[in-house]
Amino acid sequence: MKVALQVTCVNDAMFPDTGKAVVRLLRRLGVDVDFPGAQTCCGQPMVNTGYLDEAVPVVRTFVDAFAGYDAIVTPSGSCAGSARHQHSIVAERSGDPALVAAVAETAPRTYELTEFLVDVLGVTDVGAYFPHRVTYHPTCHSLRMLGVGDRPRRLLEAVRGIELVELPQATECCGFGGTFALKNADTSVAMGADKARHVRDTGAEVLVAGDNSCLMHIGGMLSRQRAGVRVMHLAEILAATEVSEGETGGPAVGARAAGA
Amino acid sequence: MSGTFVGMPAFPTAAREALADTQLRRNLAHATHTIRDKRARVVAEVEDWEDLRLAGAGVKEAALRDLATHLETLEASLVRAGATVHWARDAEEACAIVADVARRHGADEVVKVKSMATQEIGLNEALEAEGIAAWETDLAELIVQLGDDLPSHILVPAIHRNRAEIREIFRRRMADVGRAAPDDLSDEPGVLAGAAREHLREKFLRAKVAVSGANFAVADTGTLVVVESEGNGRMCLTLPEVLVSVVGIEKVVATWSDLDPMLRLLPRSSTGERMNPYTSTWTGVTPGDGPQEVHVVLLDNGRTRALADEVGRQALRCIRCSACLNVCPVYERVGGHAYGSVYPGPIGAILNPLLRGVSDEQTASLPYASSLCGACFEVCPVRIDIPSVLVDQRAAVVDSHRGDRVPKAEAAAMKAAAWTFADARRLRWAERASGLAGRVLGRFSRTTLPGGRAAAGRLPGPGAGWTGARDLPAPPAESFREWWDRTDGGQDGDRR
Repeated sequence: MKVALQVTCVNDAMFPDTGKAVVRLLRRLGVDVDFPGAQTCCGQPMVNTGYLDEAVPVVRTFVDAFAGYDAIVTPSGSCAGSARHQHSIVAERSGDPALVAAVAETAPRTYELTEFLVDVLGVTDVGAYFPHRVTYHPTCHSLRMLGVGDRPRRLLEAVRGIELVELPQATECCGFGGTFALKNADTSVAMGADKARHVRDTGAEVLVAGDNSCLMHIGGMLSRQRAGVRVMHLAEILAATEVSEGETGGPAVGARAAGA
Repeated sequence: MSGTFVGMPAFPTAAREALADTQLRRNLAHATHTIRDKRARVVAEVEDWEDLRLAGAGVKEAALRDLATHLETLEASLVRAGATVHWARDAEEACAIVADVARRHGADEVVKVKSMATQEIGLNEALEAEGIAAWETDLAELIVQLGDDLPSHILVPAIHRNRAEIREIFRRRMADVGRAAPDDLSDEPGVLAGAAREHLREKFLRAKVAVSGANFAVADTGTLVVVESEGNGRMCLTLPEVLVSVVGIEKVVATWSDLDPMLRLLPRSSTGERMNPYTSTWTGVTPGDGPQEVHVVLLDNGRTRALADEVGRQALRCIRCSACLNVCPVYERVGGHAYGSVYPGPIGAILNPLLRGVSDEQTASLPYASSLCGACFEVCPVRIDIPSVLVDQRAAVVDSHRGDRVPKAEAAAMKAAAWTFADARRLRWAERASGLAGRVLGRFSRTTLPGGRAAAGRLPGPGAGWTGARDLPAPPAESFREWWDRTDGGQDGDRR
């Protein structure tokens, strides 16, 4: 099986550690994962702001980069949702039958990370070790657009050493919403404030989710509040082992100096 | 005697003001969560809820697919049953028809059943201009009307008020327009309802003309249906001699049996009740029973415009249950007034632009009043895919500006982003630039994020919308793709 990592533009530019964690995790599970260098973005920022024409070349780049792979794995519910549900809209808009056909190939082969682990690889215990108090926020697009259900929870429950605590009103949106966070910043922050409050109420040290964009929003608020809660992508917890715990379990020594 | 939505600012501005209203925030959070939980409980009881949703969507979709035929059947059935049918292209025509009926009967007042269509066309204001008083008789609409206020919810228009405020409104305003509130009025819900009952009763008994909307209009029988909880609607529908019903053309269903799924879906979705308390049906005129002159105004007012929209037309399936409002995290925090329309919340964010177009700034701001979380679609009893329609309406807004001589900053930014994302080599350069910026920002940063990364500090321009309330990590020195190339995908050792 030829497997490609779609790292997503946000992770590529802002959260490379999440991409590295996916690579480590998949290799550990025996998957020879490839990173097609021609990839850029799924086009969701344009589509969700209404710029469909502008999304056409971006979707074209996506289908070209991932042509020929059996599975396209992405550590983002939102980007997987975009590839599966929005690329066809953009392709129709382009009026290019070749793009429509190419999207029909890539869309059903795109998997959010937990879907790939549970449904394709058939694993829930990925051999991870993470001895911390953790609460999980199901992001809206993974929950309602993709319907990942309890897959992330089952994966987390199998992590050794983890203390998983329930997040109150977990299924409520955090208020990120892409350009919504800027266009309606006040409402976005009001929603985020309530999400941050619920996270603090759990007493968790780490908030985990499957989308770094939502975590950037909630984590940004928690950080501003000096709440003492850090955010981590699910992939980074699943990639953590007893050997690597020093790297991902606590503040990495020298991370600040390296800007990473 | 009521406010107006005309001249409301665009959503972000209106929302900012609403967010600062602490009492509104408290009232809304409490009320929406209460109804939301109640709905979830009673929906969970229905084993075949998903099948029922499909059936409901199917009934409405079938009616819309052949709307002209069903409307003509409805007209013929109504005429046969002794009703007079009027067609109104827009609000002005509809209001003129209602005013004309009232005038012909020498009426200087009408009693009203709670109705969204008459709110939409601004009937009360139009009648007032003709010297005809329109009395709202739904308890919540009465509160809104007496308070010179605007509705903020489709089902519970006074959701933004608490009982202490309602007591004040009753004490100060009831005497001006009829029977005064008792001196010892408390804020007990039962006492407040009692005062409203006394106040409204004299209006029910006096009025010659009633005005209603309709939840459904059955084409093959010519039957109109009103679904309400208080019985005040039924007073209006049965006591006066003349009844005028303003009905949106999308309210038509083909047959009587089509009501079956709709009347099961609506109460559970809207009030969280298993069965609706007062369901009134009437078919034209029944000699010696109820109104002896029945008028039906079939209203377009933008509905054929919405029907012509391939993606958006599903919004015409809406049965005004408000389930989408009650689960919407945006609505829950800003309330209904910020949407600047009698149709607020997620459904309002698509319905208003579909009915009116997106040429004005206020309406054009509505499709963006959502984080696209999808909670609305999940609860919609007729399966309106609101998030997809929101995105489609955003595209309509963007497309309407494609001819602008000076493009908006956002359009320029999106074009630049699309250009960068069209080619991975361009993205690599952009990431190198951001990595460089990250090193500089990291060096000067005075904030360490939980976990150890440096924060980017406060950003200028549009970025201030982010960093005003949220820390942002400084971009990493090395992007993922640079790391992959440098380490051969991590095989060459992970450390720099």
